[in-house]
Amino acid sequence: MEHLISRIATGMRVAGIAALAAIIGCATAAAKTELTIYTAYENDDLKPYKAAFEKDNPDIVINWVRDSTGVVTAKILAERDNPRADAVWGLAVSSIGVLKTQGLLVPYAPKDIGSIPAKFRDKADPPYWFGNSAWIAAIVYNTVEGARLKVPKPETWEDLTKPAYKGQVIMPNPVSSGTGFLDVSAWLQAFGEAKGWDYMTRLHENIVRYTHSGSTPATFAGKGEYVVGIAFDVRAARVKEQGAPIEIVFPKEALGWDMNAFAIVKGTKKLDAAKKLADWAASPTAMKLYGETRAVVAIPKYMTPIKNLPNDLDQRIMANDFDWASANRDAILKEWTRRFDAKSEPKKN
Amino acid sequence: MSSPPAAALGRFSPRRGLRRRAGRDEWIERAALLLVAAFLVAFLVLPLYALLSKSVAAPDGRFVGLAHYATYFSTPTLFRSIHNSLFVAALSTAITLALAFGYAYALTHTCMPGKEVFRIVAVIPLLAPTLLPALALVHLFGNKGVLKDLLLGHSVYGPIGIVMGMTFAVFPHVFIIVNAGLGLSDGRLYEAAAVCKAGRWRVFRTVTLPGAKYGLIGAAIAGFTHAFTDFGVPKVIGGQFDVLATDVYKQVIGQHDFEMGAVISVVLLIPALIAFAIDQAARRGQVAMLTTRAVPFQPKPNRIADALGFLFCALVAVWIVGLIVAAAFASVVKFWPYDLSLTWAHYEFERYAGGGWRAYRNTLALAAWTAGAGTILVFFGAYLVEKGEAWPRLRRLIQLLALLPLAIPGLVLGLAYIFFFNAPANPLGGLYGTFAILVLSTMVHYYSVTHLTASTALKQLDREFEAVSDSLKAPRLKTFARVTVPISMPAILDIFMYFFLNAMTTVSAVVFLYSTHTNLASIAVLNMDDAGELAPAAAMAMVIVVTSVAVRILHVALARAIGRRTQAWRARGR
Repeated sequence: MEHLISRIATGMRVAGIAALAAIIGCATAAAKTELTIYTAYENDDLKPYKAAFEKDNPDIVINWVRDSTGVVTAKILAERDNPRADAVWGLAVSSIGVLKTQGLLVPYAPKDIGSIPAKFRDKADPPYWFGNSAWIAAIVYNTVEGARLKVPKPETWEDLTKPAYKGQVIMPNPVSSGTGFLDVSAWLQAFGEAKGWDYMTRLHENIVRYTHSGSTPATFAGKGEYVVGIAFDVRAARVKEQGAPIEIVFPKEALGWDMNAFAIVKGTKKLDAAKKLADWAASPTAMKLYGETRAVVAIPKYMTPIKNLPNDLDQRIMANDFDWASANRDAILKEWTRRFDAKSEPKKN
Repeated sequence: MSSPPAAALGRFSPRRGLRRRAGRDEWIERAALLLVAAFLVAFLVLPLYALLSKSVAAPDGRFVGLAHYATYFSTPTLFRSIHNSLFVAALSTAITLALAFGYAYALTHTCMPGKEVFRIVAVIPLLAPTLLPALALVHLFGNKGVLKDLLLGHSVYGPIGIVMGMTFAVFPHVFIIVNAGLGLSDGRLYEAAAVCKAGRWRVFRTVTLPGAKYGLIGAAIAGFTHAFTDFGVPKVIGGQFDVLATDVYKQVIGQHDFEMGAVISVVLLIPALIAFAIDQAARRGQVAMLTTRAVPFQPKPNRIADALGFLFCALVAVWIVGLIVAAAFASVVKFWPYDLSLTWAHYEFERYAGGGWRAYRNTLALAAWTAGAGTILVFFGAYLVEKGEAWPRLRRLIQLLALLPLAIPGLVLGLAYIFFFNAPANPLGGLYGTFAILVLSTMVHYYSVTHLTASTALKQLDREFEAVSDSLKAPRLKTFARVTVPISMPAILDIFMYFFLNAMTTVSAVVFLYSTHTNLASIAVLNMDDAGELAPAAAMAMVIVVTSVAVRILHVALARAIGRRTQAWRARGR
């Protein structure tokens, strides 16, 4: 009995200490503002970005919630009645455009907005979003399988419709992948609607598979499952660095791209801290950091060479009308689904 | 002193005493029933309602009736997926059921060697996220796969790959139920058959099959709905072959069309309702297999049967282990298929998406909590449904609700939780974004199979146990603790394991619910696969597998120790 009582007493003491610790913990935490940031950045990027920002803003702490572009966007839309995110940092503009259209963002012009080129920020004043780095359409060509199967290296988008590529091209499904959508959007903008759809119809004859994820084509072409993958620059470079026998082609006709952007979520209770983060994310310090892993940064002077990628990609990318893409996204995907998804029974070969 | 009046005598009659005892039991029973029902309503029914109301509303919340359904059924691309899903689910279930039955039969009805090993191998697929078999199939049967020629020129990306992966992923779900049904058979029936000189085939047809009937039907239901709703396998290896589960994903993640996602979820629910009808029909014909007088069945050595059983189990085991080995190989090869030198680099998870080793620790905590709380809730719930007497309608309702999660794809459940728990007016809203909501959603997600396991085990216990204890004036709770729980200990351990292992590997339900501090290893696999990092994804999957194998081995040791204490009555002549 005595034993039991002493055990209970110990238990209560431990609980008391824990409660005290919790109170103290709360008190110290209260001194710092915690920002919940939704992001689709690569994992490697999160730690340096957080560390650098918190060093410059010791009173604010970043809590990342990282996921793929589609999941992050779906999450914000699903939480619209009771937003949990204070800001999004590192989300595709084609998705941020959807959030803007639905009225889920707060416009804000960060201090350095003037130094960000017009094609990298929202047209509204103050802008709802600003971009910080881009990712760019690329064709991945597997040299080993190409030689084995006698499939030549493609130089243009048009090349991919030639009979030699039948059953050897893999691309992301624009319905579920932002990378897939940037391709479709680029073709429609560059070739015009009629010619764009005509091009995709001919390309469709050679496509073996539309994948859910935008990274899969680079990976699968790199591993030799198929000869050609319609991919994007950073992933292609990474696959090459891992040892894949590939060449990365940037077609000249229309080089589509999308960018990682920043926006403040409407309904945040920490607007001031979110604005501080916005200022920082547009600052030279941040731009330098983006430049370490991205081929194209919003402010070109902060770009550094990336292994396996050309240095002049910012010159090669096409003029991309993100407002047009966001506004027509639903209609484009509906038409794409009607034309190509309906024929998507597995091929007999 | 005069003799006591008749009325006073009556008060001390055994009947009166019995009723008073029953009154208190009933009170406890009703409170417990309400508790289980409240749990299922708060964490299953209401979130589903929140989601389903989306299917008849415009994005701004305006009621639009069946407009979304009309769109759905007039869009051939969406509509065709129903056929696709039915086809692959039916084929996978048929194959898996045949394999699992043969496997369980060999384990329970022959004296073949290596039973312990086979029992462990059977549940190995539970130890891996469903992305793992798909990843392995890509490496084995893809265009650069070593076994590609076995497919005779057909592509693995499509229905073939889905069925192959599904057979692997669904096998343990089916096996556990079939094995529970076959394991508890009455030895006296076999002795009688032997006395009558019945042939092996006749015994199989007239004794074994009828005895296992309920388990088989339950297993078929579990297998079908699992295959019908799984999203991991078709996502990785389905190619252009769309099924309903990937359609939900495409609509919600790709097009942000929650309304259409909700419509497809309703379509996905239909098989569960049919399954429930079948279950009810089967239940009416079911009689207790294990009466108080039953003796456990002991197989006798038979060289041919033992050899055949061993061969069959070995083939299934090679298939299961083979896929794991293929994934393990993929995780240590530098760059498959061009650079086959070995490396541990893919295990340095901090370099990749997904939260690294902290995610792994979170996963362990999730598994422990889900298994602990889930086992208690499920077994108690099943006991109340099977052996209780109060409120038959509520018990039937609980039975229906318990089967429901089987038909709900995790993705749909996760979304339902966002809509419900993130609603500003919800008093339970504090749960959102916490670790607790991960535990609760995982408990609900895996409620059905565990419930079926518990009720299969309980169904085989004669109601006479309760009748006897009532006549001995023992409280039901005491009977439950002293008789029901010990007899059912193997099933309870199985349930605990099932929860634990599924929580280790679950992805779809929690992918919308995890937050900064509650990232999970299984989600890390998904994120890495999605980012194209197949090797680290396979590596993290292997870490999950290895952990689960260790836990599983512990389970077998524990089961043996507990079995010696509680199951001695099953073995005769020792």
